[in-house]
Amino acid sequence: MKSLTGFTGIVAPLDAANVDTDAIIPKQFLKRIERTGFGEFLFYEWRYENGVEKPDFILNREPYRHAPILLARKNFGCGSSREHAPWALGEYGIKVILAPSFADIFYNNCFKNGILPVALPEKDIEVLFQKSNESPGYQLRVDLENQRIEDSFGYMAEFDIVSYRKDQLLKGLDEIGATLQSAELIDSFESAHKIFYKLEM
Amino acid sequence: MGRTLYEKIWEKHAVVEVQNQPSLLYIDLHLVHEVTSPQAFEGLRIKNRKVRRPDLTVATMDHSIPTTDRSLPFKDQVAKKQVDALAKNCREFGIQLFDLDSRNQGIVHVIAPELGLTQPGMTIVCGDSHTSTHGAFGALAFGIGTSEVEHVLATQTLKQFKSKTLAINIHGTLPQGTTAKDLILSIIGKYGHDFATGFVVEYRGEAIRNLTMEERMTICNMSIEMGARAGLIQPDEKTFNYLKGKQAVPDGMEWEEALAEWKKYYTDEDAEFDLTADFNAAEIIPQVTWGTNPGQVAGITEVIPLMEDLPASQIGPAKKALKYMGLQPGAPITEIGINKVFIGSCTNSRIEDLRKAAKIVNGYKVAEHVEALVVPGSQLVKMLAEAEGLDQIFISAGFQWREAGCSMCLGMNEDLVLPEERCASTSNRNFEGRQGRNARTHLVSPEMAAAAAIAGRFIDVREWPVKYNKEVGVQ
Repeated sequence: MKSLTGFTGIVAPLDAANVDTDAIIPKQFLKRIERTGFGEFLFYEWRYENGVEKPDFILNREPYRHAPILLARKNFGCGSSREHAPWALGEYGIKVILAPSFADIFYNNCFKNGILPVALPEKDIEVLFQKSNESPGYQLRVDLENQRIEDSFGYMAEFDIVSYRKDQLLKGLDEIGATLQSAELIDSFESAHKIFYKLEM
Repeated sequence: MGRTLYEKIWEKHAVVEVQNQPSLLYIDLHLVHEVTSPQAFEGLRIKNRKVRRPDLTVATMDHSIPTTDRSLPFKDQVAKKQVDALAKNCREFGIQLFDLDSRNQGIVHVIAPELGLTQPGMTIVCGDSHTSTHGAFGALAFGIGTSEVEHVLATQTLKQFKSKTLAINIHGTLPQGTTAKDLILSIIGKYGHDFATGFVVEYRGEAIRNLTMEERMTICNMSIEMGARAGLIQPDEKTFNYLKGKQAVPDGMEWEEALAEWKKYYTDEDAEFDLTADFNAAEIIPQVTWGTNPGQVAGITEVIPLMEDLPASQIGPAKKALKYMGLQPGAPITEIGINKVFIGSCTNSRIEDLRKAAKIVNGYKVAEHVEALVVPGSQLVKMLAEAEGLDQIFISAGFQWREAGCSMCLGMNEDLVLPEERCASTSNRNFEGRQGRNARTHLVSPEMAAAAAIAGRFIDVREWPVKYNKEVGVQ
């Protein structure tokens, strides 16, 4: 997995609460059996009408087409557990999502895919919406190492992140490989753990 | 200090616990389906890894499959490829698959309980957010992403941070004519679409104890619709009676041993939850969602809220939702006409749901402009319903009677709500585009969906059929 370090990028303000994973990547694109090929269908129903771009959708406008930072309202990523949502966001080029809150499964899925979800207080999110609406092309520097975001006009906010998750992004850990190192612990747990169902049918 | 049900299950399954790190949690049952697993199996292949416990893994096909005649070839070749990939992966890794022609095939959250695979005190995961359904048995069950599916396949464990605990105490009993669906929609309506984010919810109280196992599954199923990691209900005699004699459940001495184990799973009287909420079940009425998240809901006798009556933070989303839904503030719910009815999904496609819907439908006809589908949750549910003659009740009323699957809940197959069509649906999500592009979804109970199919609009099932008969001039 790619590791994510500090960078500066344009903020795309997507003024919507409860952005669900059905909206991020609609169901008709979930039939692929690969991990790739989802970016072009990101926010499909919001981005396109009969295959033609909707001009008012934020990611169809300059300078937001290649914005690596997405700004949204609360409960981002709610609904379906589909990891296709962070796959689509990542492939499109989104590296950081700023919102007041995130749905649980989506939040977890982001870290497995090199995307940093940053939860900030509502008032910070409001300030960032104002700034990005007032000056299109507004940029933020995201510094994961020091857990802060800042612009070049003096705005700065610190954010919380569990150190394990920070490492996941900074070092791109192979979680399965790490767990397999504990195979003996799993073996001994299993030997004392009883399962009461039988699968042979 | 006492421990909650959640904490007891957690402690029983913690393989490794390190401070400030996620715990390594053992997984007792891993449910697999065609949509969220192919990339996980591919990951195993790339790294030359095996499935650690194929005997604790079970797969079925439910999301992208047709619900029409299964002897016909797939129309959708991309879906076919996905289904074939699952069959190939299961063969290669030695996993039990309930294939399209298996009598055990069905929606993954319907088949595991009905086979007796879902049991109290277990940990259950699946690459599907509605895995919370299994919490009805006092099992810790939650949805995971595909990377986590791969982790569980390879290690039979999952890295997890502990959630906070939330008790929802539900007092009183459900009034006549209201259902578990109305209860959970009312709770989400009162507290909001995301209020349980970060929590594992335990549903407690008289109203919950009075519910059947299938009704409890409806409740736990929709835990994710308020953001919860999982929903739990303490196992009791109803739970044990439900399990007794099921296919995968042991008998004899081993049954006694299992029962003794299951009885350990309850919340101690002096246990403390991080948060507690109270709810009065006695005051609820049949619910209909009017918006694009399950918290945007009103009672059947009510109107779509006026913007000035909503809290400031809800006005923006409500306006956006009403624009999408083609509805006006202040309009009575009973004046909303519908073109589609979907009775199915992991929320409401079990035998009790079909019996209740059939009881409403019996002797009536689906309104002329309405297309109505019944999609049983599993082939076993379908067979049972057919043995009881429910299929004939639905068919003679004008419903389509389908094969088991997720179907129109998410419309990954051909079962779609068309643009700007309005659907009374017993499913769990009314998100924009969920049932089809520009589809308008209203979440309701099976009884409400059945009555809506006949009347062609929403109607109060508490007055069924008297009021309807009077309206249409039937004696």
